[in-house]
Amino acid sequence: MIIGIPAEIHPGEKRVAASPEVVKKLVDAGFDVVVEPGAGVAASFGDDVFLEAGATIAKDTARTWSADIVIKVRPPEHNSKLGRHEIELMSEGACLISFLWPAQNQDLLQKFAERKLTALAMDSIPRISRAQKLDALSSMANIGGYRAVIEASNLFGRFFAGQITAAGKVPPAKVLVIGAGVAGLAAIGTAKSLGAIVRAFDTRPEVKDQIQSMDAEFLELEFEEDGTGEGGYAKVMSKEFIEAEMALFARQAYEVDIIITTALIPGKPAPKLITNGMVKTMRRGSVIVDLAAEQGGNCEATEPGKVVESQGVYIVGYTDLPSRLAPQASQLYATNIYNLIMEMNQENDGNIVVDMEDDVIRGATVVNNGEVTWPPPTIAVGAERKPSFGGQEIKSRDGEKKASAAAKEASGIARFLKSAWFPVILAGLALFGLGQVAPPSFMGHFTVFVLSCFIGYMVIWNVSPSLHTPLMSVTNAISSIIVLGALTQISSTSTLIYILAAIAVFITCINIVGGFSVTQRMLQMFRG
Amino acid sequence: MSPSLITVSYLGAAALFILALGGLSTNDTARRGNLFGIIGMAIAVGVTIAAFVTRHYEILIAVMIAGGVIGFILARRVQMTQMPELVAILHSLVGLAAVLIGFANFLDPSIVFSGTEKTIHDIEVFVGIAIGALTFTGSVIAYGKLSGVIGGQPMLLPARHWLNLAMFIAVIVIAVKFVGATDLDQATMLLLVMTVIALLFGIHMVAAIGGADMPVVISMLNSYSGWAAAATGFMLSNDLLIVTGALVGSSGAILSYIMCRAMNRHFIGVIAGGFGTAGGSATAGTTYEGEVQTIDIPTMAQLLNSAKEVMVVPGYGMATAQAQHAIADIARTLIDKGVNVRFGIHPVAGRMPGHMNVLLAEARVPYDIVFEMDEINADFPNVDVSIVVGANDTVNPLAQEDAESPIAGMPVLEVWKGHTTVVLKRGMAAGYAGVDNPLFVRDNTRMLFGDARDSLEALAKAL
Repeated sequence: MIIGIPAEIHPGEKRVAASPEVVKKLVDAGFDVVVEPGAGVAASFGDDVFLEAGATIAKDTARTWSADIVIKVRPPEHNSKLGRHEIELMSEGACLISFLWPAQNQDLLQKFAERKLTALAMDSIPRISRAQKLDALSSMANIGGYRAVIEASNLFGRFFAGQITAAGKVPPAKVLVIGAGVAGLAAIGTAKSLGAIVRAFDTRPEVKDQIQSMDAEFLELEFEEDGTGEGGYAKVMSKEFIEAEMALFARQAYEVDIIITTALIPGKPAPKLITNGMVKTMRRGSVIVDLAAEQGGNCEATEPGKVVESQGVYIVGYTDLPSRLAPQASQLYATNIYNLIMEMNQENDGNIVVDMEDDVIRGATVVNNGEVTWPPPTIAVGAERKPSFGGQEIKSRDGEKKASAAAKEASGIARFLKSAWFPVILAGLALFGLGQVAPPSFMGHFTVFVLSCFIGYMVIWNVSPSLHTPLMSVTNAISSIIVLGALTQISSTSTLIYILAAIAVFITCINIVGGFSVTQRMLQMFRG
Repeated sequence: MSPSLITVSYLGAAALFILALGGLSTNDTARRGNLFGIIGMAIAVGVTIAAFVTRHYEILIAVMIAGGVIGFILARRVQMTQMPELVAILHSLVGLAAVLIGFANFLDPSIVFSGTEKTIHDIEVFVGIAIGALTFTGSVIAYGKLSGVIGGQPMLLPARHWLNLAMFIAVIVIAVKFVGATDLDQATMLLLVMTVIALLFGIHMVAAIGGADMPVVISMLNSYSGWAAAATGFMLSNDLLIVTGALVGSSGAILSYIMCRAMNRHFIGVIAGGFGTAGGSATAGTTYEGEVQTIDIPTMAQLLNSAKEVMVVPGYGMATAQAQHAIADIARTLIDKGVNVRFGIHPVAGRMPGHMNVLLAEARVPYDIVFEMDEINADFPNVDVSIVVGANDTVNPLAQEDAESPIAGMPVLEVWKGHTTVVLKRGMAAGYAGVDNPLFVRDNTRMLFGDARDSLEALAKAL
């Protein structure tokens, strides 16, 4: 099949849907790749490197669009140069893969359907663990988070890291990151590596570990509410929670130099977290980077796509942060697309099959052969992924509650049986019973026995765990002290006893010599 | 020799044995400790021979030399990876000796007791033989499982708990009859029947325990061999045997406890046998969706060269592949390059307590870079590359994440918190617990399939 890679025509878009490495891998997998002239130039991939990777350069725009599979970054739009909509350039039955935002672009889906096309939206890939390598939203969010810090440092007039120089002391910059999703975590990592003091806030308590693992401070509210919504995203919080949260931000705004906001709730406008009042309290020269600008912004003063200055505070509302790192973004995006194509190229024969039984493909497919298939049915996958950097997931709280409830129901007797007193009382009774019947000679030995058990207990707990194997072999050797019994019997006049004793001496001697010498051999190795 | 002199010698031997075990608390004093043990044993045996042996010297010397030579050769020849097998077979010898001595003592016409003393002595004989017999067969089966002669899977007879209970009750009934028996022939008969039941009990008990529980079994048999010695001590009224038996018995019991705790299992549960049979079987077959990402040797070499913190997590697979020397070479190369290499050891890694430490010591890995799980588990987030060599259940994230899993709650090495984990594995088989391991399909996990030793030797060259 032929894969077409057109140039992006959206104003300011510098990314391209393929990188030379991915083109080479696609060609190896049996696809023919056609690239529009100059498609990758803005992302610093010249036509020559695509040629080298095995692609052909198309004569014009229309040729790339007539391929069997078209891969793109932005949703298709009206091409004013050709005077036609990009979808009209596609041939019937072809397939388009790009970001599509089906919820906002219902009319596009209709257009696809009219032309009997198939369309897969990179933004609709379900967030399950198997699909992580296809997750272009995470790839872009990661870049966005990084770039947000770079943009902030560009506008911020001071160092991020604290320094003590001959010319005086420079305090480190204080950065607040709101929302610790993929973008937020990337921003934390970047700000941290520039040397800033980083604090982060998130409504989902389970990301606390991830934030702390990146050496940032997790800001906590004195408030019990879990903000984890469906698919690992955040949900809308209660009014009281939001008030407490706003108070926290107001305090922080007064203190920090840079605020990076990444708070998004799926299907809702971005929550307004930084009010104009808070902006006023910030020091002059401070910077706010609003990663939610496209969805309306987390800051009241944000203007999407622009940097504005308000009372000496810069508010960055760029909506094209990934595009500002075009080569990196293109490379990651291309790899995500490649992984998606290979999911559909199961036979490895250079053809794709849209398998609607496959949860991942089903989720991504918004139009299948002229039939609108969006929205997909919700999939019941237990292992729902939390957007994370490989952090630990927390055990379900329900389970713990149930367990504690069950423990409370346990009867008093059971509790007594479990308590530390039960064995003590039992042992006491047993000793009393023994003392009633046993002869004094036995009690002497019994005393020795019990005290030896205690000595053993004290001594063994001191043994270094790395020497447990030598411990076993040496205890093995000394337990052969049982040979003493055989030695007292071997001089017996009874032949049977004499033979039994001789065998016992024989096998215990194997044990004594074997046990001690193997222990010695092992301990030699531990000399280090 | 005067009785007091004998007692004093025995006292000295007992003290030396305690010092022997105490010496094992640090690497530096361990060898001296072993020497104390040898001296203690020499004193005890020498004094006993001098005091009690009046004839049959030739035979005594012959069997002692023969046994000693065999033991010495065994100890020299054994591979460090086969230590669990050796320990198991040596345990069986203690058990067998206890049985033989018990019978000899019972049949000895010169020992006459009456009244309560006779009852107590009878019980001592009975208990000594019973523990000895089950230690003997249990250890033989454990040896078979460890050396691969018998399959590692638990043997699960139907109604096996009832079978155990029936055997236990039978032994009690026989004990009552045995104590009450007046006729020597009848008593001997009862003792023989009980011995057979105890032998079967030992076989059945260990056969029902799966491969992953072997560290517990070995420790438990270690403990039993001690109790067998203690019971024999009561029978012979010999305090040295009682002291030594109690030391060994409590040592084995503590090791069993440590092993059980490291697997978050109840001792009773392990003994009852059959890992994952109690309700866990429903989830045992679950596989985890996700894709295995492989890595090749040049890429891994590159990964290691760019790492600053490397953690090696060895498991039983390292022992079976004899890969300890190869991994030690790699560790040395990386340390020379300034990489901070550490080894993280799970308490139940391998088939007996401390097994991994012995193998790493054999490969001359300095012990100050070998750490216990509790010492290093918190450091994983700072680790660039973790190399998992033949470990599976001990690095399974399910233990923390899936409350239904048979290994739920078991403390595990949290390798997945590191930046990258490379797992060396022969194939995609499940571990002994029969649980699939979602670690293998994690985003930051790479698999290196093939024989661990070959892979590591190739890697050492690539570095």
